[in-house]
Amino acid sequence: MDGFIELCGIRKVFPGQSVPAVDHASLTLKKGEVFSLLGPSGCGKTTLLRILGGFEIPDEGRILIDGKDVTDLPPNQRSINTVFQNYALFPHLSLWDNVAFGLKMAKKPKKFIEDEVDRMLDMVDLLDQADKKPHQISGGQKQRVAIARALINKPQLLLLDEPLAALDLKLRQRMLLELDRIHDEVGITFLYVTHDQGEAMSLSDRIAVMNRGKIEQIGRPMEVYEAPSSSFVAAFIGDTNFFRAKVVSTVSEDYSMLAVDGLPEVLAYNDKKLQNGQQVYLSIRPEKFRISREAPADPTHINMMRGKILDIIYLGSNTKYRVQCDHHILMITQQHARFLLDMKPFTWDEEVWVSWNADDGYMLQRFEESDTNLLGIPPVEDTVP
Amino acid sequence: MSRIRRNSRLPLFVSIFVMVFLYAPILVLVLYSFNDSRYPGAWNGFTLKWYRTLLEAHTVEARDIWRATRNTLTVAFSATLISMVLGTMAAWALYRFRSRLQKFHQALIYAPLVVPDILMGISLLMLFVNLSMKLGLTTIIIAHTTFCISYVALVVFGRLQDFDHTLVDAARDLGANNWNVGRRVLFPLLGPGIIAGGMLAFTLSVDDFVVTFFTSGPGSTTLPVQVYSMMRRGTPTLINALSVIFILVTFSVVIVSQRMIQKRNSTHSRV
Repeated sequence: MDGFIELCGIRKVFPGQSVPAVDHASLTLKKGEVFSLLGPSGCGKTTLLRILGGFEIPDEGRILIDGKDVTDLPPNQRSINTVFQNYALFPHLSLWDNVAFGLKMAKKPKKFIEDEVDRMLDMVDLLDQADKKPHQISGGQKQRVAIARALINKPQLLLLDEPLAALDLKLRQRMLLELDRIHDEVGITFLYVTHDQGEAMSLSDRIAVMNRGKIEQIGRPMEVYEAPSSSFVAAFIGDTNFFRAKVVSTVSEDYSMLAVDGLPEVLAYNDKKLQNGQQVYLSIRPEKFRISREAPADPTHINMMRGKILDIIYLGSNTKYRVQCDHHILMITQQHARFLLDMKPFTWDEEVWVSWNADDGYMLQRFEESDTNLLGIPPVEDTVP
Repeated sequence: MSRIRRNSRLPLFVSIFVMVFLYAPILVLVLYSFNDSRYPGAWNGFTLKWYRTLLEAHTVEARDIWRATRNTLTVAFSATLISMVLGTMAAWALYRFRSRLQKFHQALIYAPLVVPDILMGISLLMLFVNLSMKLGLTTIIIAHTTFCISYVALVVFGRLQDFDHTLVDAARDLGANNWNVGRRVLFPLLGPGIIAGGMLAFTLSVDDFVVTFFTSGPGSTTLPVQVYSMMRRGTPTLINALSVIFILVTFSVVIVSQRMIQKRNSTHSRV
């Protein structure tokens, strides 16, 4: 089934602000999927979530659930429930009463409420703590109560507003698995709002990347990472190296040669069918590069250039290198099978070959200079001739 | 900040001094209420007769005292109830809306706390006279309500400052309508604050003298005013006994309201 929940052209400007918090955002959620809204703080993702929850009324646009327009319905008349960032558990009620709240509001029979609440608390593994008050339990437990409370009315959509932001790293990883398990168990559509790309990538079926109120790209985690649609997405999801380049010649239907200032001509996959002479940005992920002492044996489809190692940052599972090629400084990540045994490790100031497959260089048409500052990308040192 | 040595006796002396300073006069009063003499200054032996006279209401004086007590309680309960409703509404308006009007509103809420009682008394008296209202219990209740609202509003507003508004969102999200949000979330969480504010208002109303003095009429005398006039006629013995009862009641109300405020604070800090 497609088009289960549809947001069409949502726009919201808060009073006293000139820039819209959400600007013509449209997206469609499929039944049962985990969909993430990902973006830096202030990108409008929480506003979009609050609009879905009914806590804000959009200035423009409609929200449809199963074809029914719910844009103007208050929160208590929507079949949507929310897990709030700070959990928002009722401090005066026991965990049991917190979870029972939704069913009591729906005026369900007493017996039914008792069975359902016990079942939900059992699902989140907190049945033995049912009589405790929220201040007596840990953050992770509060989180689980909040999820049980939001799921008990069997909503058509569950909104999760940065649900793991307040937890420490280990607990966050455990809760991610837990969320995944709960999702498999209840099969409800999840809309997950986060600024943490790791959470979004590991949990979601699809991701929407938001920036300044606009949705920049919607796709599966792999698509968003491997084929970013803008420089913002490329830089926000993972790390990347940017080069300012110009399309100079066509090699075949799918491949073109690019000129990058100070480097040999670069072969790149031209999926966007850009014409010769066009200015583009080339994005290459740090782990797509290969560093070697000898030039790669088979140079077909491979770009290579000379570089000098400036910095080596050993990180355990991988190593980061800062390599200077002409005036460009590249960030390169290398995995090593057996770091100490295989070969002599690279050293500072060593001259090496840097190579990458033509398919791993990604051409981007759009580039906002402000993203450079926003995301702390090392600026592309570009000397305009 | 200079630190006091841990084994210093200074804190002990200071607290003893403060206790003596605060409670010695009250202690004297309590002692004299058991004194078998019409005049203070001489101890003639222990007696409970002042309490008996007062409680059995044999004399005109005792009956006056009881009428004044009834008036006081009528005024205090009415003013407290009205100011609990209005004060809570004022606090909610201050919390939810941040317009320029609300800033002005906030300044006005503080005003009765700093305006001298005598000014409030005179201005209320002038108001009532201009409106040709007959001075009596009604005017006293209105007068007390004016300053009680401020105290209730400030206590409730203080509670609201640490109130997490997402709780209201959460309740609505789970299907609660406005009535249920109020009944199941707002009232249980703000109730102790409202009651604490009400108790504060109650004690202030019970022992208010100045404002009452200006706004009371014949037959509507409250206890503090009655005590004052009895003292002038020079019969303090019954008043001593009455004061002891009075002190006991007031203290217990204050202690209970303090407890409630503290309880709210401690549960909140752990959430």
